[in-house]
Amino acid sequence: MINAQAVRKDFPILNRKIDGKPIIYLDNAATTQKPRQVVDAIVNYYYNFNSNIHRGIYRLSEEATDLYEKSRENVQGFIGAGKDGTVIFVRNATEALNLVAAEYSRNLGPGDEVILSTMEHHSNIVPWQFLQEKGVVLKFVDLTPDWELNLQQLETLLTPRSRVVSITHVSNVLGTINPVKEIGKMAHENSAIFVLDGAQSVPHMPVDVSSIGCDFMAFSGHKMLGPSGIGGLFGRKEDLDHLHPYMGGGEMINQVWKDHATWNEVPQKFEAGTPNIEGAIGLSAAVDYLKNLGMENVRSHERDLIGYALGLEEDLKIPGLRSYGPRNLNVRGGVYTFNIGDIPTFDLEMEMMSRGIRITGSGIHPHDVAQSLDRDNIAVRSGHHCAMPLMNELGVAATSRASFYIYNTREDVEKLFDGIRMTERTYAK
Amino acid sequence: MNDDDLQIQLILDHYKEPRNYGKIQNETTSITEANPVCGDTLHFSLLIESGKLVDIRFVGQGCSISQASASMLTEYVKGKSVSDIKKIKPEVVLGMIGIELGPAREKCALLSYNALMKALAPYN
Repeated sequence: MINAQAVRKDFPILNRKIDGKPIIYLDNAATTQKPRQVVDAIVNYYYNFNSNIHRGIYRLSEEATDLYEKSRENVQGFIGAGKDGTVIFVRNATEALNLVAAEYSRNLGPGDEVILSTMEHHSNIVPWQFLQEKGVVLKFVDLTPDWELNLQQLETLLTPRSRVVSITHVSNVLGTINPVKEIGKMAHENSAIFVLDGAQSVPHMPVDVSSIGCDFMAFSGHKMLGPSGIGGLFGRKEDLDHLHPYMGGGEMINQVWKDHATWNEVPQKFEAGTPNIEGAIGLSAAVDYLKNLGMENVRSHERDLIGYALGLEEDLKIPGLRSYGPRNLNVRGGVYTFNIGDIPTFDLEMEMMSRGIRITGSGIHPHDVAQSLDRDNIAVRSGHHCAMPLMNELGVAATSRASFYIYNTREDVEKLFDGIRMTERTYAK
Repeated sequence: MNDDDLQIQLILDHYKEPRNYGKIQNETTSITEANPVCGDTLHFSLLIESGKLVDIRFVGQGCSISQASASMLTEYVKGKSVSDIKKIKPEVVLGMIGIELGPAREKCALLSYNALMKALAPYN
């Protein structure tokens, strides 16, 4: 198990007080805090190794190149990329998904299908929507009443025209952990590629892309203790060899003439321009930190916290409180998304114009919930969490979300529920 | 209780017991404005006679800030001339709310103001 109190000592921001009170940081699905080790690695790079990589014929540049490439190897090992796989450094999971959608789609034409799910983040929906203008058809797997993906429906959605299945490993709203091995198998049996959004899984549980069998995986550094502006796209070198470069520029080329150019090897072929060197080094330090804790331990720590949260929810019976996500902890990550009362979807015609009378919504708006919790320094997120199709499915305009990480404690969860109870008492009409 | 607490009590009072709530039967004009991102919705019903806002009512749905600001604004503008109302600056509404709001929540507070100004635009 993780000793959260010991872990907290590595995070200077957790010592900060606002209004004399400590910060209860529960917005980890948005971004995590950074341990001293990560910040030190970045500072060390700038103080001792800063130079541009790959091209310099001097020792400083060779050392910086070595640090950057060793960081890549470390990240590759962390996700189980294997000797045939690699990680392309990108800005974040969003850029990784855009890269795959834009470049793999060169093989797609009218009538080809891309299968997504209702629980996807906008970053795994909108890049694929761009393909609709070339006639690509988007299909969506819906949820079961237990907040899991409906695999039977996926079976029926898959056809010989299905070319891509792109699904999140863990929902950033529901916390649902999807059976990605099975989904990948179903995709491959239908000759579709399987793209995995690992933004909410790589930081929180053991993830081994080789054993999952995905063709591509996107993830973000800042959600796993690393700095912002760095993320990764996993792919097999052979597949990436066949993909067209995403951006043109320096470093991604082999030779350039006035009218054409040849490409560098993978992964450099996809890393045009001077990359985020400090970001890669910081991410590698984050990976070291997580490896030291053990990803099995990270997962069981979060499992304990979400289990504790669901238990408190059941025991306290706060009026109107409801949450969204699987109750089976085996398929539930450390995300607690909730509302107090009904927060109906915005529907102008139905709700306003026809009746012109007082609206029945008895709920406490998530903005009020978040602001009320903030008065106790409890940081949660409120809104649609970049998952508007899922909000529509839930029949809500917005929700509040608490998401846990390695430095959170059961005491934090208790404070969250104290805050929710206080909010309900204050705002209920 | 500090000043903020008192102000929040005032906001909650307007939120739970909104003033000028409802619709005007013989309204001159009406407007519905919404922030689709968070679902905050306001519908204003206005009665204008000889350049004066004789009556104003609203119905709505959303967070306490959006609803309380609508309630406060109706109290403030009712009975004033349209030309005077048009001179009101958004800061006045933010002042009525009276607590520190981040940029996201300023939109909640100003939904009522923007709706009213839009509704009054054709009148003088």
